[in-house]
Amino acid sequence: AQTERRDAPELPDFSLLKRIARDQLIFLLEQLPGRKDLFIDADLMSPLDRIANVTILKQHEVDKLYKVELKPIVSISDQLCFLIRPRIQTVKWISDLVNSDKAAGRFRKYKIIFTPQKFYACETVLEEQGVYGYITTDEWNFYILPLDDDILSLELPEFFRDNFLEGDQRWVSTGGGALHLLQSVYGSFSKVYGIGRCAKMVYETWREQMEDGDLRTKQPEFAKVFLIDRDVDFITPLCSQVVYEGLVDDIFRIKCGSVEFGPDVTSSDKSIKVMLNSQDKVFNEIRNEHFSNVFGFLSQKAKNLQTAYDKRRGMDIQQMKAFVADELKGLKQEHRLLSLHIGACESMMKKKTKQDFQELLKTEHSLLEGFEIRECITCIEEHINRQVSMIESLRLLCLLSLTENGLLSKDYRSLKAQYLQSYGIDHLLTFANLRQLGVLVEQQPGETLTVMESKVGKLVNDKTVGKLTDAFSSLAKKSNFRALSKRLALVPKSGDEYDLRVPRDMAYIFSGAYIPLSCKLIEQVLERDGWTGLEEVTRMLNGHEFAVTAGGNSSEARTKTDAQRIILVMFLGGCTYSEISALRFLGKERGCRFIVLTTAITSSARLLEALLDNHA
Amino acid sequence: MAFVTANWNPLGEAFYRKVELFDMSWTLKEGLRECLIAAAPYGGPIALLKGFQRRSPSTRPQLEIYSSSGVPMASFPWKSGLVKQLGWTVSDDLLCVQEDGTVLVYDLLGGFKRHFSMGNEVSQSQVMETKIFHSPYGTGVAILTGALRFTLATNIDDIKLRRLPEVPGLDGAPTCWAVLSQDRQSKVLVANGSHLFILDNTSCTPVTPPGLSPQASSVLHMCVSFSYKYLALLTDSGHVWMGTSNLKEKVSEVDTSIRTPPKQMAWCRRPKSQQSSVVIMWDRLLLVVGECKETIQYLLDSDSVLVPEMDGVRIINETHHELLQEVPVACEEIFKIASMAPGALLLEAHKEYEKESQKADEYLREIKEQNLLAEAVKQCVEAAGHEYEPETQKTLLRAASFGKCFLSNFPPELFVSMCRDLRVLNAVRDYTVGMPLTHTQFKQMTIQVLIDRLVHRKLYPLAIEVCRYLKTPEYQGVSRVLKHWACYKVQQREESDEVIARTVNMRLADASGISYSEIATKAYESGRTELAIKLLEYEPRSGEQVPLLLKMKKSPLALSKAIESGDTDLVYTVVMYLKNELNRGDFFMMLRNQPVALSLYRQFCKHQELDTLKDLFNQDDDHQELGNYYVKASYKEPRLEARVSLLQSAVDEFYKAKNEFAAKATEEEMRLLRFQRKLEEEKSEPLVGFSLHDTITALLSVGLHKHAEQLYKDFRVSDKRFWWLKLKALAEKGDWEELEKFAKSKKSPIGYLPFVEVCIKHHNKHEASKYVSRVTPEQKVKAHLAVGDLQSATEAAIERRNESEIITVLSRCSATTDVILVERLNRAKATAAKK
Repeated sequence: AQTERRDAPELPDFSLLKRIARDQLIFLLEQLPGRKDLFIDADLMSPLDRIANVTILKQHEVDKLYKVELKPIVSISDQLCFLIRPRIQTVKWISDLVNSDKAAGRFRKYKIIFTPQKFYACETVLEEQGVYGYITTDEWNFYILPLDDDILSLELPEFFRDNFLEGDQRWVSTGGGALHLLQSVYGSFSKVYGIGRCAKMVYETWREQMEDGDLRTKQPEFAKVFLIDRDVDFITPLCSQVVYEGLVDDIFRIKCGSVEFGPDVTSSDKSIKVMLNSQDKVFNEIRNEHFSNVFGFLSQKAKNLQTAYDKRRGMDIQQMKAFVADELKGLKQEHRLLSLHIGACESMMKKKTKQDFQELLKTEHSLLEGFEIRECITCIEEHINRQVSMIESLRLLCLLSLTENGLLSKDYRSLKAQYLQSYGIDHLLTFANLRQLGVLVEQQPGETLTVMESKVGKLVNDKTVGKLTDAFSSLAKKSNFRALSKRLALVPKSGDEYDLRVPRDMAYIFSGAYIPLSCKLIEQVLERDGWTGLEEVTRMLNGHEFAVTAGGNSSEARTKTDAQRIILVMFLGGCTYSEISALRFLGKERGCRFIVLTTAITSSARLLEALLDNHA
Repeated sequence: MAFVTANWNPLGEAFYRKVELFDMSWTLKEGLRECLIAAAPYGGPIALLKGFQRRSPSTRPQLEIYSSSGVPMASFPWKSGLVKQLGWTVSDDLLCVQEDGTVLVYDLLGGFKRHFSMGNEVSQSQVMETKIFHSPYGTGVAILTGALRFTLATNIDDIKLRRLPEVPGLDGAPTCWAVLSQDRQSKVLVANGSHLFILDNTSCTPVTPPGLSPQASSVLHMCVSFSYKYLALLTDSGHVWMGTSNLKEKVSEVDTSIRTPPKQMAWCRRPKSQQSSVVIMWDRLLLVVGECKETIQYLLDSDSVLVPEMDGVRIINETHHELLQEVPVACEEIFKIASMAPGALLLEAHKEYEKESQKADEYLREIKEQNLLAEAVKQCVEAAGHEYEPETQKTLLRAASFGKCFLSNFPPELFVSMCRDLRVLNAVRDYTVGMPLTHTQFKQMTIQVLIDRLVHRKLYPLAIEVCRYLKTPEYQGVSRVLKHWACYKVQQREESDEVIARTVNMRLADASGISYSEIATKAYESGRTELAIKLLEYEPRSGEQVPLLLKMKKSPLALSKAIESGDTDLVYTVVMYLKNELNRGDFFMMLRNQPVALSLYRQFCKHQELDTLKDLFNQDDDHQELGNYYVKASYKEPRLEARVSLLQSAVDEFYKAKNEFAAKATEEEMRLLRFQRKLEEEKSEPLVGFSLHDTITALLSVGLHKHAEQLYKDFRVSDKRFWWLKLKALAEKGDWEELEKFAKSKKSPIGYLPFVEVCIKHHNKHEASKYVSRVTPEQKVKAHLAVGDLQSATEAAIERRNESEIITVLSRCSATTDVILVERLNRAKATAAKK
């Protein structure tokens, strides 16, 4: 396993964020004195559990806990408290609840706690439904959930669809709020870089909040921030993950930093929930490893463990006592985790060494390299025809479109028709969504268009985006992958052997086939301390890049403190575990540490599921 | 100087003094007779309503407002109903309580602000008596109605009327009553003859003051202290009972031996008073009653009014304005004749020093020997604060400053802040301003309130001077005053919009924390929309401009400002407002030009008003989205007919959108649905809603091969798909016979390796081996391996001399494999590698 560099800077203590959130929640709960039932949005359950467990809630007079299911309720309490995301649907459900209580002549107290913030639209719904006066509302500014030492999450999966597909910018202020929170707790940043429209807007709202609030002159705990929109790089999250942590996420789905291993992993009849973070010593050593190394590592580990156990032999009583007291517990714990991960590995091996998967990877790599595209298309077609997997097929289609700058009309139509035959007409909407996002598009006939496009693109600036950009949006979102790949050397030359045991660059997270574009951009910008020299790249990525030095020259003059080597990367629209692994690798190479702040952890499946519009 | 004690009168332990505040500059023809009068505490304004009982329209009563020094501030004829009572609020507004229970509110320059009613019950039974009172919750009004019931509002800015319970045995107006503020509640204390009752929200409790002299048969008058802590009762036997207002403790009882009812009675205390005392006023006599037998008597030569303050009582008459108060301890110690207090000695020392006499040193030494110099300085500073004459203040401060010279580490703040405070106080005490504040009152009311009061009087320059002098933070000080000034300025009709906007901007330019939108709102409220828009342009935060722009019906501007601000909540506010304000067409048109707002509204409609969403797309001629909308709607529809008709609408829209692909696909779906339904009815197999692929699979799995074939042909399903599909379906069913038939039907477009693999997947090695021979040479090895035939795999691989295939085969060999086989493979590998 890769070991930490000795000079790696210390990471700030993010448990503070949890404490702040917990204290505020308790304060809010106490605003409704007396016993009450608490209704929680389903997707807030796990994050809430990380902040305040049931015991704490009970201590503050919460009687029963319910999941918000948008169905009639059975609670008999006189006080109902709702802890929800600001979604119109949920608010409407609550309004109906209040109205039916009213009709039944029932008097209760209602309180809605919106997290992380309240939206005017929600209040409008309360007003339109005629229940505004019956409900008190509050905000729980729980912006950030620390998932690990270096992963912070807003836990807002809907950010991606709302912002990039629906053009709904309401979460932008949430992003700004999160940064503002970090800044007020951990000190200000000296330099901010970013790329993407949303990134720019987030930065703007953050800056406004900074101006409104009091400026802290605290010694910062991290100095640089990099903001990046997910739509800058769709390719990376759509590739199959082959680093252990990413693979676990792809197969078992990590939820809020914890995973549930089923009976096939635990080799018993029950499932076990495991927290996956740096506290887990075994996991911590293999999380960033290419999958092919993991098994060898684990078996070595098992051998070591055996020797540790074997020490018992030939011990006298005194030594035995010490052994039991000091080591045995640790060994047992390690033993338990080790067997779990070995189980997980086996289960993955079963799935991933199958021929199908190997072929899939091969196709994927060909697409990235741009070789044998025809064969790839045939392969994808077969994949669709055989109804192998709805999401996987879609993923390959998207990868094909992204790497090839759109599909030829003929291919586009035939593949789409095939797909609809396999999975139903409702996917027409899915395709419409993918097209709007620019992830799966038809090549426009004639190259002249690109010229016009770039001209129009220059004409249309932020404030006057009208119908014009709508019309051109799908065109403007050309991925230009080939050119980018060449420019940034994203695809290493094939031919030379890539030793996955000793990775030489970030490409190792994709078996040496591709350096993630998002991470490469971050690397380049940090290296150049800005965007100079990357003009062509940013042009191909549709611009919206920025680099701002905050706080004046005094901070600039500071020598390289630890804080200068801690870099916060904010992914707007989610990032994958593979990207985090790549950044960890980059950090190790450069002697710095990356902290990832993401709107949610994503993966190819999550990303595409968010874009589905079928009736499931 | 020598006569500082000239106006002092001893009473028990303490001294009382009467200080002249102003020579009143008003000229009242009829004196204070025959008029309602209200003077606000903290040296506030005085309101007079002359001839308040006149009702005839020819001779209307005149309402006049004066400053404390008698400078007229407003005067106008009273045109509303009969006024029962005048009173001032804590924020310098005048309340006029009418007989019908309506309360009119005026500002202190006579401008009408608003009115409110004290309820139906009051207006029906008419107001008999009223008291206006101040509590921590604001200004309250208590009314005794003609029906002998009390109605109370604790805070006129947030009116919650409370009707108090009935008083038992009350058959006429009570002899007297007062409002108490206890336990965070306002209560009324009523005297009906000798019976006392406390009324609170729910109950009426009879009470007896402890130790009230038994001769008394009726309580004639009562008053509550400024702090609501103490209560004084005057009985018909001429006794004054003083005690705590909760009636639990008696402080003293004094016999005045005057039995006529007094005109007014007020507590005369101060924080840290040496004794409790009450001032009682009859027609020509003013009596100060304390805790001892003696009293102080003053003769009055004209009608007067008592105004209770927190540290004394002000006495206003036609010509004079005086303050009667207990002499503060510091002043008493210093100025008392033959006082040896350190302060007195220091003052003496300083006097001698001025005279250049060596006695100064003796006095100083005396103080220093007792180690009391710091104490002496403090006393002088404190006493200076309590003195009204600038000369006396100066003398005392000079003495303090002199004493300070001999102290090494005396903190300077006390002295400095007192000098500053006094400078401000002397400025506002000037008769042109007319606010006779004492230092104690000033400290209590705080500098913010003082500035507010100056602003209310439109004394902007003085207010700004005060802020600057006291170094009040700009946000609370200068900026606030400027904002008020600007709000006043924009209401001046005689100047043009340009001039006003320019003047305002010039004045406000470098002040921080000014909200132009607030000023613009004021301008708009006074009917100057153009000016408001001009002013809004100065507002740097675009979000701030939105609410006013909406109010002014400048909605397109409001919308673009909201979008500019990047605050989606604000955008929603505007959108929702527009939705209600405009007709649909205009509303949609406006959204059309604002994509950010449009997408927000779409999101809203998706959950709240689906139909609106359709209209929205219709308006935009967005046929593509309309088509999508119908498709989406179709699968929420359970009935097939409705579903098909929705899809038909979708088809139409897709054609209009020139999206032939989608149109064709949708048409096919309709055909498929009809087909599924027909079959469902015939064969009772659940099919509706399946995709084409799933439908065929379902048909094959129940053996409806004909129908499956039909679909395959009708829907131009690709051969490959059909073969894969059928292969899987048959294997799933275990219909090996049919599979074999199928395999032989014609040449497989997907080759025969899938046959082998599918059979193996279903653990049928026997069937699998049937197809191995038909597999193409390239896939032979794989096929052999799939059925586990290592021998044949080896043969095939060697025959093809393909290194990677040989390696694959090798990797499948285990320890139990035939050694010869492995040997051959290795050899073949070596030869293959050589090539």
